[in-house]
Amino acid sequence: MRICLLLSMTLLAGCATVQPWEKGHLAKPIMAFDPDPLTARQHKQIYTSKEAASGGQGVGTGGCGCN
Amino acid sequence: MLRLPDVQGRQHDLADLRGKVVYLDFWASWCGPCRQSFPWMNQLQQRHAKDGLVVLAVNLDTEAKDAAAFLARYPASFSVLYDATGASAKAWGVKAMPSSYLIDRQGAIRSRHIGFRPSSAAELDAQIAALLQTP
Repeated sequence: MRICLLLSMTLLAGCATVQPWEKGHLAKPIMAFDPDPLTARQHKQIYTSKEAASGGQGVGTGGCGCN
Repeated sequence: MLRLPDVQGRQHDLADLRGKVVYLDFWASWCGPCRQSFPWMNQLQQRHAKDGLVVLAVNLDTEAKDAAAFLARYPASFSVLYDATGASAKAWGVKAMPSSYLIDRQGAIRSRHIGFRPSSAAELDAQIAALLQTP
């Protein structure tokens, strides 16, 4: 119980309310999941083909890496 | 209620603008709609300054150079005040960026606008024009 409380306290310390006017850093391109859409698209293309995994990314291939 | 310095460090007090209609705008350099609002606010100031309208823009950037870079690209012909701490935004209850307040000649807040869309600018124009008509 005590450990649980301690853990939640330490984890919650990382939570902070970001006010609307404090979002300057969050608005930077580097903070985006995919800062460069073209690079992200290429990575997805290679990933799906190398993994022979189809679906989910919009492209499915046989794994030859040619698609 | 609002007392902030401009870029030269000169203090501006909202209370000194009693008798004027004030369009108070909170903005930051990273805010997209703010970019669209600046040309419109320039026009507003130009058109209605003679009728007693004052446009005041409060910058909430933590870095002064970000605001300077923004103003180099989107020049402002109205007063820009600086509040890096965000204390004024908190006091005014800013819910989103940009937020603007329309203050009448008696110093009362008449309306609040959240965000800026060029399509809703006409509506704002009408509101401001109506408020300028009232003493």
